[in-house]
Amino acid sequence: MDLYPLWNSVRIAGISTAIVFFAGISSAYCTAKAPRPVKAVLDVVLTLPLVLPPTVAGYLLLRILGPKRIIGRWFLASFGIRLTMTWWSAIFATSVVIFPLMYRTARGAFESFDETLAHCAKTLGLSDTYIFWRIRMPFCRPGIMAGTVLAFARALGEYGATSMISGYTPGRTATISTTVYQLWRTNDDVLAFKWVMVNMSISFAVLLALNMLETKNKNAVSKR
Amino acid sequence: MLSVSVDALFGTFRLNVNFEAGNETLALLGASGCGKSMTLKAVAGIITPDTGRIVLNGRVLFDSSRRISLPPQKRRCGLMFQNYALFPQMTAEQNIYAGTSRLPESERRKEAESMLEAFGLMDLRGHYPHQLSGGQQQRVALARMLVSRPEVIMLDEPFSALDTHLRFRTEQEVRKVIRDFAGTVIVVSHDRDEVFRFADRIAVMSEGRIEAAGTKHEIFADPKTRTAAVLTGCKNISRAERISDGEIYAADWGIRLSLHMKDYARFAGIRMHDIEFAGDSDGENIFACNIAEVVENAFSFVVMLTPLDAPEGNMLIGWEMAKDEWRKIHSGSGMLRVQLPAHKILQLS
Repeated sequence: MDLYPLWNSVRIAGISTAIVFFAGISSAYCTAKAPRPVKAVLDVVLTLPLVLPPTVAGYLLLRILGPKRIIGRWFLASFGIRLTMTWWSAIFATSVVIFPLMYRTARGAFESFDETLAHCAKTLGLSDTYIFWRIRMPFCRPGIMAGTVLAFARALGEYGATSMISGYTPGRTATISTTVYQLWRTNDDVLAFKWVMVNMSISFAVLLALNMLETKNKNAVSKR
Repeated sequence: MLSVSVDALFGTFRLNVNFEAGNETLALLGASGCGKSMTLKAVAGIITPDTGRIVLNGRVLFDSSRRISLPPQKRRCGLMFQNYALFPQMTAEQNIYAGTSRLPESERRKEAESMLEAFGLMDLRGHYPHQLSGGQQQRVALARMLVSRPEVIMLDEPFSALDTHLRFRTEQEVRKVIRDFAGTVIVVSHDRDEVFRFADRIAVMSEGRIEAAGTKHEIFADPKTRTAAVLTGCKNISRAERISDGEIYAADWGIRLSLHMKDYARFAGIRMHDIEFAGDSDGENIFACNIAEVVENAFSFVVMLTPLDAPEGNMLIGWEMAKDEWRKIHSGSGMLRVQLPAHKILQLS
């Protein structure tokens, strides 16, 4: 059994999660602080990928990244790089799809922060940087970690947008999910089942970790 | 010395307060939502008033005309929040250490250590806030505030988060902190007894303004306004109308009182324990009353009275006395005579 799809899936999920970790947290922090009307619009735009079918997200991405489209053409002309049909093209697709998961959990964490803690810290002479990194972030850490795990789990399972933007090339762009589809299509039931089991066990482990995180968080909150 | 004169509009709520406090304890007494906490936040720099001036020991903290508004970090105003606002992810020791940020690096550890010691927190230093009782949390909050070397300390409802039976002991600790503190202390509370035990002077607040201010004895003896009377615990208050120079009609009680009414007075009030038993004696403002209800408190009786010639639907007058006293007076009859001494009647605007 060629393990390339496993390696490819994990690396795509890992890199996308890392990107979304920073992008999601910073957008969550900005929207939590934004004035109400701006917040409402931003929130809809940033959450949209959660409810769109991944194929729609994939279609929209192809519309801008494809070799004949605005950004794709420019990249091809300037750097000779094709943005689609490579293993890392899937990172675009996956990042867009998992972004809302990170964004929404982080925003929830930021909004549950008790602002009097920040106010109090200021009266004690503590700097805004200190307050952000030593008081606000530790308070929000459990929520942010839960969002990260959830985003990673979803990234591992991404199929729709990924298959459109990266396609399926064995040993190059194949991920677990595209491999399962390909194997099923070609009637290789035994191998397909093996990959299904691999995927299930990873997802199981990740969700178990998420559950444990949430229990720990709940305990800390109820004791407070 | 703290002098505050600010005006701010928050939505429909207007805060407009002016006061000065020397090296003393000033209490802001008021019902919830009257702007007490907001006043503290304005002094600490957490909210910014629209106009006004705040000066602490000669330093201008805020002056709208000169566009000065120091950040809270530079104001040196210690503020203890109602819920103590301990940092939940830090131990008691780390919380106190966080308060030392204004000190030179070499002294921070030592100062935090001596605060732990002074507040009897050595054994609890490694505990997180959720592992501490309410009283212990308050001690950490006090220590953390004091170690930040504030020039004024402000306590926002310091005991409201504690169970009643814990308050008495904790109050002693807070009183000690206040006694030892060299600068101005401001305590915010809605509890008249608490305020009386803590403050030298009292400012009564209502709807964003200071209605009455004075020493605590002045305020309790002559609250001058209806709000101040209610907040200082006066339970019997009636509308008052002038009849002649020496007589008023207390409309809600349905009785005439011999009293020289002051110009500003619109209400008359009498504290429940200021009413006296008249027996058969004669004198001013003595009324025969029916006993409507006798309420037994843990350590006193409250007798609800309705004057004999009062019209239907009048407001009952409450009369509170020690249990022994009531047992002596009570004859079993449903009627008795009481006196509302003229010098005990509060005239309120």
